[in-house]
Amino acid sequence: MKRFVSIWFPYLKTDWFSVRQPLLRELPFVLVTPHHGRKLISAANEQAVKRSICTGMVAADAKAIFPSLQVIDDEAGLSQRLLKRMAEWCIRFSPCVAVDGDEGLILDATGCAHLWNGDAGYLNDITSRFCNYGYTVRVAIADTIGAAWAVARFSNDNFIIEPGQHTVALLSLPAAALRLDDDTIDRLNKLGLRQVKDFIGMQRSALRRRFGKKSGSPKDRKTESFVERIPAGVSTSRLPDFPSSGLITRINQALGLEEEIIQPVIPIEPYQERLPCLEPIVTATGIGIALQRLLENLCCRLKKEGKGIRGVSFKCFRIDGKTEEISIGTIRASHHVEHLFRLFELKIASIEPALGIELFILHATKVEDHLPLQEKIWNSDSGLHDERIAELLDRLSCKIGIDAIHRYLPDEHYWPERSVKNVLSLDETTTTEWKADRPRPLQLLARPECIEVTAPVPDYPPMNFRYKGKLHTIKKADGPERIEQEWWIEQGQHRDYYYVEDEEGCRYWLFRLGHYDDASYRWFVHGYFV
Amino acid sequence: MPALKADIITQLKKELLALQGFRPLLHAQHKIELGTINHSFPGSQFPLGVNHEFICNNNESLTASSGFIAGILSSLLKKGGATVWISSSQIIFPPALVSFSIEPSQIIFIHLRNQKEILWTIEEALKCEGLTAVVGEINTLDLTQSRRLQLATEQSGVTGFLLRTNQRTLNTNACTCRWQIYPLQSETEDGLPGIGFPRWNVELLKVRNGKPGNWHLEWSNGRFNEVVVQTSSTIEEHKEAV
Repeated sequence: MKRFVSIWFPYLKTDWFSVRQPLLRELPFVLVTPHHGRKLISAANEQAVKRSICTGMVAADAKAIFPSLQVIDDEAGLSQRLLKRMAEWCIRFSPCVAVDGDEGLILDATGCAHLWNGDAGYLNDITSRFCNYGYTVRVAIADTIGAAWAVARFSNDNFIIEPGQHTVALLSLPAAALRLDDDTIDRLNKLGLRQVKDFIGMQRSALRRRFGKKSGSPKDRKTESFVERIPAGVSTSRLPDFPSSGLITRINQALGLEEEIIQPVIPIEPYQERLPCLEPIVTATGIGIALQRLLENLCCRLKKEGKGIRGVSFKCFRIDGKTEEISIGTIRASHHVEHLFRLFELKIASIEPALGIELFILHATKVEDHLPLQEKIWNSDSGLHDERIAELLDRLSCKIGIDAIHRYLPDEHYWPERSVKNVLSLDETTTTEWKADRPRPLQLLARPECIEVTAPVPDYPPMNFRYKGKLHTIKKADGPERIEQEWWIEQGQHRDYYYVEDEEGCRYWLFRLGHYDDASYRWFVHGYFV
Repeated sequence: MPALKADIITQLKKELLALQGFRPLLHAQHKIELGTINHSFPGSQFPLGVNHEFICNNNESLTASSGFIAGILSSLLKKGGATVWISSSQIIFPPALVSFSIEPSQIIFIHLRNQKEILWTIEEALKCEGLTAVVGEINTLDLTQSRRLQLATEQSGVTGFLLRTNQRTLNTNACTCRWQIYPLQSETEDGLPGIGFPRWNVELLKVRNGKPGNWHLEWSNGRFNEVVVQTSSTIEEHKEAV
């Protein structure tokens, strides 16, 4: 036997606005949507409803009734978004939760309520939690979705319908409680069938003749007349079975004679694996085995979904209540068990098992789509796109840190220190070309070092220079190459670079900072040529 | 009969080389043009998949050796591939590699200070089959360490270039070749002002199953060119000057 909970939010959207702006709670306000040049009220809060303002009115009319009414623009799709989030949150109450229309949720509460000591405790918890968040809710529990829905919206006192009592509970409710469309309700009322008990006992064939199906569009009416023309004696089983909101279907659903299918929300399952241990684990080998098993399970799932790990953390819960954690990161998404295990292996030694570990949890903190490389017939040089290089860099960055690893791309600057940029990713490329028109030293000093020179002729390379206590006589030279400081980045003097060769054949990159005429110019060595 | 014997001997020599870790080149494009230097190597080809050791006394010779390695890498990386360059004291300025027709973004630079970490990184990189070559700057290298590196290269086929910066701890090790390179004065055409192509004195101090030697090389027009030394006395003079 099944049990269902229906949650109704009478003021869902206005409550959401009130939660955001607590001042609105005491004021009557409405949400409006533009419709053919007018503003129609799409939601009104409790205060506004008390002043007989209801949805569907024109905002100007409502203002006439109550001049100080607050009018706020509605957001499209807000209620569905809210309900979806609430449905995911409601998984705490039941594993099967569905969004119901624009202002309600349906929970399949079969076998759930006893965890809250019965239906009363269950409904209380739901109501009080939503109230704490600032939402008005009406919650009912019954054997069928239809009955729970009806009771949540139309009952006044008893929201807990005991098992098997749902038919009795429905009797005194109005016809609208059966989730019928307005047209059907109108026709029922015209016939004097105002309450459920007035027509629920009628013969199905009689009801089907008049309310055989939903009436709405002209096309539907045509079929209806066809239905009506069928003589009463004809077996109804040959009639087409109309799904959804026909009166008969609704009655059957409310009474539990017909099954109603709901579409539960499916939460995104976290990429996580757990391994509880019977005996506490204290050895590195044991931890290794546990890690291996968890990685295999996780990677198996990732492989199926075409995903790869960028970051994983491995948590060990010790029996003394403390947690040990190690985590790794990769440069490219990977689901290669051996590789990931090797990355962890470097860090296993840092886990202190103390008295033992009773639970292991492996959690993928960052997951990305894994793009498999095309298989090749022969193993050619694929450059940096090789999987093995990415794996090597992962291992290196685990041990020596990612800061030590550099890959350089050209940058749009002439200033030597800024002419290359460091990139982290192996795939990044740039449209900038490397400049090769001027000689550049293979070895650049981290910062230019001051030297003493003899430079008698202005704007000529020096005759000799003293660097690290050694005198170098310049035999050949090239230059100058003037590089201006980029004033929009940094203020400073320009550099005049000279490519010089001393009597031993050693080649250096020297520069003079500032003009020769200035008294304050200085000479520096900035690099070694090959 | 002697011809037959010579045949057998060459065949046996080849087999011996294979046992000692020399492998014949699979791709013709990996052949490195070093001119007459190639005759010093077993099989007349620059040995790949082994470790080369470069003795560097100072920053100048370190840069010269780096330049020589860049020249070799330029033919190795011609058809794609990737290199790891591990440095500790020197900072490589990537735009300079463009003149060796190397695309600098093909090279991953690793900058480390700790010698132990450098050694570990070099070994890990040498084990990675996806790489073409590994350049590593290291202070000291004892026999055991060099053997480990040699085993890693033999396994993976990656070529290792080790720049040894501490001359005091020069010892026997398992590297196949030991080089010493220092810069020479360049020469411009017809004595024009300016600086000519980079020129080095390349000394092959030790090569397993080969003949050591000494050459003057110049990097010009995208390849190594040997500079013919006029007289032996000029070398002596130069050596005295150094």
